[in-house]
Amino acid sequence: MDKKEMIRINQLNKSFGDLHVLKDINMTVLESDVVCLIGSSGSGKSTLLRCLNFLEKKDNGKIIIEGNEVNPRTDNLNKIREKVGMVFQNFNLFPHKTVLENIIEAPINVKGVDKKKAVLKAKQLLNKVDLEDKSDVYPSKLSGGQKQRVAIARALAMEPDIMLFDEPTSALDPELVGEVLTTMKDLAEEGMTMVVVTHEMGFAKEVADRIVYMHDGRIIEDGTPEQFFNHPKEERTREFLKATMLK
Amino acid sequence: MPSFSHFFQILTETKGVFIKAMLLTLELTAVSILLGIVIGLVFALLKISKIKILELISDTYVYLVRGTPLIVQIFILYFGISGIFLLPDFWAAAIALALHNGAYISEILRGAIQGVDKGQLEAGRSLGMTKALTLRRIILPQAFRRALPPLGNQFIISLKDSSLAAFISMNELFNVATTLGSNNFDEMTYLLIVAVYYLLLVALMTFVVNRIELKLAASDR
Repeated sequence: MDKKEMIRINQLNKSFGDLHVLKDINMTVLESDVVCLIGSSGSGKSTLLRCLNFLEKKDNGKIIIEGNEVNPRTDNLNKIREKVGMVFQNFNLFPHKTVLENIIEAPINVKGVDKKKAVLKAKQLLNKVDLEDKSDVYPSKLSGGQKQRVAIARALAMEPDIMLFDEPTSALDPELVGEVLTTMKDLAEEGMTMVVVTHEMGFAKEVADRIVYMHDGRIIEDGTPEQFFNHPKEERTREFLKATMLK
Repeated sequence: MPSFSHFFQILTETKGVFIKAMLLTLELTAVSILLGIVIGLVFALLKISKIKILELISDTYVYLVRGTPLIVQIFILYFGISGIFLLPDFWAAAIALALHNGAYISEILRGAIQGVDKGQLEAGRSLGMTKALTLRRIILPQAFRRALPPLGNQFIISLKDSSLAAFISMNELFNVATTLGSNNFDEMTYLLIVAVYYLLLVALMTFVVNRIELKLAASDR
């Protein structure tokens, strides 16, 4: 059975001033796929991810989310963003709100969910990310790994169809990376469609259905982890792997 | 210098007059702060709106207010505008003080809003919140907290600035002190007494601002 197409990108281009950061990007993400975006810094992978929920505006090209081409000028981007959750490198939790308040903020104020229901759902999500005892704590009291798990719960509270992760473990102490990756792996196993910008090769190898390798604003390689790690097509990819996997 | 006993004697005798004057000072200050916050917020938002003409309006307002002495502004409202609109004295003074305060408060709030991490806006937007909702629920509460120390400072300044209303014959603290002082050929005593009242009010104001700061700092504990 064919899987539903969640994201399709056609000929996407994006420049910051003179800097052409995304060059003719074509890519599709199928339902419940986990796609890892890999590449050195400056390769455009974060920009590509941010284009997917329109935090960056594309210059030209098409972005089709769940079958509908999105026009940022005329479409209600807030409606689309409700369907596309995002987790940031720096967590971006709301520091003046408790963990629970962080999670129920958008469901109540954007979706109009009843407060009791929102709280119930938030508690379930906290349970899922293993932080049920932290609901009344302020973010400043949490470790980086805990913050990121709250951020994941907060994004999930909107019941998105797609989750975007922008280097979710890059700001963490090494010993806290595992707990966040485990949460993400659980999510992947539940069938969430995920696009993950990451430097965690182990995670990419184990959890990704597809790996997209970017260099200098272009997609160089797009294939299964097996293809990517063991039979890379491009010379550039082999160099990158050699440099990152010196083990 | 007046003797201590003389000072305390006059202090006690004039209690009634000064307390009445203090209430007027407080009213002037309260209106100028509350109205000033509203004005300040509006012009801070205009300034960060990224719409050229609105930015220009905000810049112009701040420039005009900061570029002229408060006493000139009070006189313009008192003689000029109130000549046309028949503004009661109290409101001529209160509005002048509020407009003056508003310019400084707008700069304080603008700085505080721009000081909130850009990631906060992105997080709100990524959850489907509109810009206005993110501003109201996420950015402004954090900005207000950051702004509180400089705001507290501004509140104290506006309390003391209200003494300029004396020049349009408002019977606030400073006016009462100078009038009684010259009537009794005892300026120094009355100036020292009025200083005590101002110090009391500033102490009270500092206490309140500190309490609010402490309360808003709950998320740091």
